[in-house]
Amino acid sequence: MDLGRFEQIGPCAWRVAPTGAMRVPAVIFADAALIGAMDDKVFQQLTNVATLPGIVRAAYAMPDAHWGYGFPIGGVAAFDAGAGGVVSAGGVGFDISCGVRTMLSGLRLADVMAVQHKLADDLARTIPAGVGSTGRLRLDAPTTDAMLAGGARWAVGEGYGDADDLTRIEDGGCVADARPDQVSDRAKRRQRDEMGTLGSGNHYLEVQAITEVFDSATATAFGLRQGEVVVTIHCGSRGLGHQIGAEFLRDMAVAAPGHGIHLPDRELACAPIDSDLGRRYLGAMRAAINCALANRQILTHLTRKVFRHHLPEARLDLLYDVSHNTLRAETHVVDGVSRALHVHRKGATRALGPGHPDLPERLRATGQPVLIGGSMGTASYVLVGTADGEAKAFGSACHGAGRALSRHAATRQFQGRAVAEALARLGTLVRSPSWRGIAEEAPGAYKDVSAVVLAAERAGLARRVARLAPLISVKG
Amino acid sequence: MGVSTEQWQHFAHDADMGVRGVGRTVAAAFEQAALALVAVIADPATVRGQVRVMMQCAAPDLEYLLVEWLNTIVYEMGVRNLIFGRFRVHIDGSRLTAEAWGEAVDPVRHQPAAEVKGATLTALSVALGPDGLWRAACVVDV
Repeated sequence: MDLGRFEQIGPCAWRVAPTGAMRVPAVIFADAALIGAMDDKVFQQLTNVATLPGIVRAAYAMPDAHWGYGFPIGGVAAFDAGAGGVVSAGGVGFDISCGVRTMLSGLRLADVMAVQHKLADDLARTIPAGVGSTGRLRLDAPTTDAMLAGGARWAVGEGYGDADDLTRIEDGGCVADARPDQVSDRAKRRQRDEMGTLGSGNHYLEVQAITEVFDSATATAFGLRQGEVVVTIHCGSRGLGHQIGAEFLRDMAVAAPGHGIHLPDRELACAPIDSDLGRRYLGAMRAAINCALANRQILTHLTRKVFRHHLPEARLDLLYDVSHNTLRAETHVVDGVSRALHVHRKGATRALGPGHPDLPERLRATGQPVLIGGSMGTASYVLVGTADGEAKAFGSACHGAGRALSRHAATRQFQGRAVAEALARLGTLVRSPSWRGIAEEAPGAYKDVSAVVLAAERAGLARRVARLAPLISVKG
Repeated sequence: MGVSTEQWQHFAHDADMGVRGVGRTVAAAFEQAALALVAVIADPATVRGQVRVMMQCAAPDLEYLLVEWLNTIVYEMGVRNLIFGRFRVHIDGSRLTAEAWGEAVDPVRHQPAAEVKGATLTALSVALGPDGLWRAACVVDV
């Protein structure tokens, strides 16, 4: 992407002034090298988002931004219902509430390495992963609605995990105002056999070593100690979320002209927040968030069972659970005025700074853990939200490395078995039902996650706390 | 020997995948686009036609009909835990009816790489080219 079209407004912040139909500027948080490597489509998509009705302050892109559909992946945009603002299914994505959950094991690296192979094999046997995998749970209609209304709280009530887990999940594990009645029968049907499944593609369960601490005070407060081991799950709302996304994307695109909305790209399909379609989407989308939270809670329960068998001393307490494909009603101060906004984060992680009232009591002094996934061969990171981030991008940060190669290019360049063998020699055991899946997800197919999080830190979006390296990676 | 006019293709998209079907008729292009969709997941040539599934969908125009068609395939494969390897499509105005043949997903034989979450409106196009062939394409979310 050509930097010549941007005005640099900070160490890692670049602005495009509004022109044509843009209602607000576009802002990208990244260094020159990351922007240079981004597809030109990111520029086009971000400036398109800036044309949408009711958008507030700017259309933002995070350091890991890449070409999405409608919104770029790594896009953040907030809308004011009172100013004709919209909600966009494409601005959330198909995998609603895809997110990351990290658990603290309290184990030392040596404890895990002593059972690394057995643990990897047992996790791969226990965690349903990959295309066509099904969970052990079968939900009937009333139970599905209870799950969609209750999220992780429902799962804990069913015996999956502990009540204490809920204090370490966004929204206490349950988003209010979910409307299971607005979720189609087809979406519910797709979820019937998929509760407690990991999915495929870039989703994973990883056992990770804490290899570096950048901020010892915050790391200590989070319970992160160098040389210890954590477990991280990355997945979302499975078939139910995918179906809701597909259905509302179509409905919003078809209905947009009737709402008087001109779309520069059909994929920006949206509806006024204060419209029947907008309200129905919000109700269904919140139900999908609860589905994702329940799903990660069930996977946590399965993971704990495996660890208890091999390493009974493991705790697996939650550090945090945060989603990166969401739309949330939030209050933000804009030009000195407090405003109720609907904030879209598509491939972007909420990053609340210290003292934020939405943080659980135990995290209020430090700020929110911001969990950044890497690839199966590189690092993941724990960051912490900053007070500055609120003003910069509505309290948002990056969500991962972002792909450097398309899946097609990755399969031409890498062989799954060779990738897995190379990673094993470096100490990471990969377990997946698909060699092709491993090739598509090869570490070399991703950008440098370290450069992404450094840019997020330099931009003031979030601050690095600890670096995590994979020991075991269970992939779909 | 000439190249078959009916074919499917993938085209690059950063995180996802573009699928394109080419054929002498819209229906043939939709059949090929369906194979391109399956090929995102696994090689269609490895799929045995043991089960037949009937499908139908409708949409306001041909482009939305392509999205509906691909999403119908994603749905049917998801809820039936099947993968399809052959399609026969009939289009009557804004309505599509189809038969698909496939089998239960076999992780060892099919080596499925990734689920398709749904068809998007990005790079969505159904058009007759100057060569007399229909092309039906869009990006699918992986």
